[in-house]
Amino acid sequence: MTTIADFIPPKMVAEAAFWLMVLFTITGAVIAVSLPKIVHNILGLALSMFGVTGIYLFLGSQFVAMMQLLIYVGAICVTYIFAIMLSPPLEEGNLKKSKLRIGSALVVGIVAFAGLVLTVVNHHWGPGTTLTRDWSIKTLGQVLLTRYFLVFELISLLLAIAIIGAIMIAGLGQKRD
Amino acid sequence: MEHLITYLILGALMFALGVFGLIQQTSLIGMLIAVELILNGAALNFMAFNMFLSKDAAIGQVFTLIIMGIAAAETAIALSIVITVYRRFREIKPDSVTELKG
Repeated sequence: MTTIADFIPPKMVAEAAFWLMVLFTITGAVIAVSLPKIVHNILGLALSMFGVTGIYLFLGSQFVAMMQLLIYVGAICVTYIFAIMLSPPLEEGNLKKSKLRIGSALVVGIVAFAGLVLTVVNHHWGPGTTLTRDWSIKTLGQVLLTRYFLVFELISLLLAIAIIGAIMIAGLGQKRD
Repeated sequence: MEHLITYLILGALMFALGVFGLIQQTSLIGMLIAVELILNGAALNFMAFNMFLSKDAAIGQVFTLIIMGIAAAETAIALSIVITVYRRFREIKPDSVTELKG
């Protein structure tokens, strides 16, 4: 039986998929920071997060990838959409972006990128260790509830406080007006 | 695809784009979007180090999950602040909210 793997080697397909995901990530990030309309920025953020999801799959963790898709694309982008529906249209304010501001932002961004890349390239990363390569959800859950239990509880507390705080800030501000 | 450097450079690029957006945006929501990009660049680095250098495969995943939780909390708080600022000042440009400047 001839499959598609006879014509195109699977490694090449994986390579192409990886670079496609990198392209999604970079394109989405550029859209998210550069376009003037805020809705386009949010859609760019969603595209970028989708690309990062694919890259997490290549890094071996299905659970974190699905969480990335669920939390960022599913929850955070929808929350942003709701926030811009409750706030005024922003286009006319954004047209008056000064050249000086964009120029200084470009300089800072390029310097940050160059510095990080120089550090990464010049540092000698040691040989990789492959002691445990257990990526399963079962192991992750056991670790989260035994060794990293404090972290788990802290993030739960943080999320609860954030929910209560968000309701307090938005709700009490309404009463005062 | 099999080199640590690729992932690190991608994370650095996301970080730099986030810094660029954070400085040049004139709306609060646009700045928040840039902050999300910065956080994601950091999380991508954690996952890459976890894959290539770590002894225990769970640590980087736990870190990335924590970053996602913090990003979600930050989004909720910041958007409620944005909505409150809009109710009070009728616009959400960071340059116009200067009451605490003194």
